[in-house]
Amino acid sequence: MTQAPILEIRGLSKAFGPVKALSDVRFELRRGEIHALCGENGAGKSTLMNMIAGVLQPDEGDILIDGERVSIHSPAAAQRLGIALVHQEIALCQDATVAENIYMAAINSRRAPLMNFQKLYADAQKVMDLLAPIPVRTRVADLSISSQQLVEIAKALTLDCKVLMLDEPTAALTESEAQRLFSIVRGLKERGISVVYISHRMAEIFSLCDRVTVFRDGRYVATDQVAAVSPDDVVRKMVGREITQLYPDKLAPQEPGRLLLSVEGLSDGRRFADVDLQLRAGEILGIGGLIGAGRSEIAQTVCGLRPSTSGTVALDGKQLRPRSYGDAVKAGLVYLSEDRKGSGVFLDLPIAANISALDLARLTGRLGLLDRKAEDRQAKELTGRLGVRMAGIDATVSTLSGGNQQKVAIARQLSVDPKVIIMDEPTRGIDVGAKVEIHRLLRQLAGSGVGVIVISSELPELIGLCDRVVVVREGSIAGELTANELGEEAIIMLASGVQDSSNQRQAQNVA
Amino acid sequence: MHAEIKAAGRRINFAQLASMREAGLIVIILALCIAMSFASPHFLTWGNFRAMLMSFSIEGIVVVGMTILLIVGGIDLSVGSVVCFSMVVSGALFLAGLDPWTASLIGIGVSALIGAAMGFFVTVIGLNHFITSLAAMVIVRGMCLVVTKGTPLSLFTLPPAFKAIGQGSFNNIPYVILIFVVVVAIFDFLLRRATAFRKVFYTGSNEKAAQFSGIRTNQVKFWVTVLCSTLAGLAGVIYMARFGAATPTFGAGMELNIIAAAVIGGASLNGGSGTIFGAILGMALLSVVTSSLILLDVSVYWQDMIKGCILLAAVSIDHFLHRKKS
Repeated sequence: MTQAPILEIRGLSKAFGPVKALSDVRFELRRGEIHALCGENGAGKSTLMNMIAGVLQPDEGDILIDGERVSIHSPAAAQRLGIALVHQEIALCQDATVAENIYMAAINSRRAPLMNFQKLYADAQKVMDLLAPIPVRTRVADLSISSQQLVEIAKALTLDCKVLMLDEPTAALTESEAQRLFSIVRGLKERGISVVYISHRMAEIFSLCDRVTVFRDGRYVATDQVAAVSPDDVVRKMVGREITQLYPDKLAPQEPGRLLLSVEGLSDGRRFADVDLQLRAGEILGIGGLIGAGRSEIAQTVCGLRPSTSGTVALDGKQLRPRSYGDAVKAGLVYLSEDRKGSGVFLDLPIAANISALDLARLTGRLGLLDRKAEDRQAKELTGRLGVRMAGIDATVSTLSGGNQQKVAIARQLSVDPKVIIMDEPTRGIDVGAKVEIHRLLRQLAGSGVGVIVISSELPELIGLCDRVVVVREGSIAGELTANELGEEAIIMLASGVQDSSNQRQAQNVA
Repeated sequence: MHAEIKAAGRRINFAQLASMREAGLIVIILALCIAMSFASPHFLTWGNFRAMLMSFSIEGIVVVGMTILLIVGGIDLSVGSVVCFSMVVSGALFLAGLDPWTASLIGIGVSALIGAAMGFFVTVIGLNHFITSLAAMVIVRGMCLVVTKGTPLSLFTLPPAFKAIGQGSFNNIPYVILIFVVVVAIFDFLLRRATAFRKVFYTGSNEKAAQFSGIRTNQVKFWVTVLCSTLAGLAGVIYMARFGAATPTFGAGMELNIIAAAVIGGASLNGGSGTIFGAILGMALLSVVTSSLILLDVSVYWQDMIKGCILLAAVSIDHFLHRKKS
């Protein structure tokens, strides 16, 4: 121990009302290392980050920078200490340009009365281009979620920091964007910047990080050299119990069921063209591809949430011409949105009301009155079946963890006994335990004859869960992979459309 | 009163969220009433209560519509103008020879059309409720002046059967109060129990998620906007019967009082929450305060200021409580 660690946490505790978010945790970040912080949702990772970044104040314990005790009263104080945090949730000014967002802190502390926009744009573009060629004069609101995430990261890069904390930075990024981020993070490390890296993705942690610390239920569990442990070890420490099998068993190869959903020549005239899809009973079909390739748009058009210009959709042998999503739901075709908080759940409404939203008609008696008892019965039945951990069905959804919120959203889809269920990123931002439960549930649904389509950007999920994967590239189907062809390389090659050595390297990095 | 608290909090998912607020309002109103009964011998009389009830009954009908509109995430600044326009149109048609009942129905119908026009601009053109209704407030006020040429219409020739709506009473209970109670009871019930109104909560809570649940949110917003204007039209007709006159400047500034009442009662300007019962309590609180100030001989110049402070206090306390919870 010649040199004090750049950041050290000792005996830190924090409670929100009666809930102890962190109790007596420690953490140590050495100079120039990339240190992964893992734990299920609710383990206290983000709380710790927010305390280090001055957003929250600890109840007890010490934060040491370069071996000296500091108290970090505000985000500005954290910045002065050289600490930068990229939040998990995007916190940008939607109506300002990318450049203005990137240099917000600098603009705020400037003395000059006028803005030098020429210089601002030029500097911002230089930083932005390190990550992705996003024009910095664009309004943030006009960018996709993944681009916004990149802007957040660019913003942190401009701060002259010693410690950079990234909270699930790749949750909304495509593979290639993530790869570019990794090489930048490695570059930062070489410049002596220390990085705290929060992620659920074992592949990233094991290819990028030097050490890994695991939290569970607000407590410190262990810190290990990444080289000395396996992903299974880390997962076991995170959940505190043995997860014997990350993904449920796949369909036995000899039983292709009847055709449930058939899409032919579907186009919307803008984002995608001439899409064919077939889904058979009993199977889980995966849809892979880069973000922005048109996967969500295809799914939403199939369900009547967006208009199509040509093509047909047949559900269980019957032509479906949904003019609205309501028609598709009645026919038995439901869609789960990828943006859980934005369009998946009603955060401020009770769980029971969330579950019943999809088909109120079945709970409506004569006179147009809602049958409250039936609504409660339905909510109790489905939350029980899905194992939603909650105070009661009258609690608002905002009181639930991310995984349980997602279960409520899925319960809503199941409330109509669908024939086909299309899930867009069903496990994004959900902890390992809940993820496994949702995967099992999907397999169980498929087993009971419901058609399941899963859109996912997570390669291990597509490979581990799905029986068959189609890959979308730039609005058309680039190819299909059957169970024995499935592999990260194969998917990335189809998704990017390039087959060269750099791609294979990428694939190996991801693996 | 205890029974009332029970009724509001009766295992109703949505009301549960607001029941604390409603109980709190009841306590404050009761405390004010008790304090006032010592301060002024005139306060605790049927006459005074009747006057207070009368004073907010008609506005209370408008509050019902406003609350539902706030829940869907909208707002309507034009209600004061629409109340007046309904009154002026009905009055003018009566003076032109129509019987007052038909004239009133047309007045209410025209109000509904104004709501439909606003609903069109909000849902089809895509403007927000605030700007649309701000424009409507000014336009409709102008229409009142055009119809009356700026002078009040004297309607003392209205038949007694019609005037009775605003002036008569049943067993010493004014019809105005009865109408108010019926409207409140109907919409409070519907808002809690009817499927159609449940969609109002979904739309206001998260419009995107509502669309992804197959709810046609534009339809919901359109009809709620129409409902709010229609209820304002109904209130206008009752005012006409009560005053026997139609003044083109009537109802100016009414919208602020009404929005304040709904917000004190727990309606959120972000949509998704609010109850009729709460909004009426908010109205009652403002009314008791006004009445108290008058009985205590406080200058009228102070009254608006005090009401504004109450609004600020109510919203701040609520914000503080919510922040503590989360």
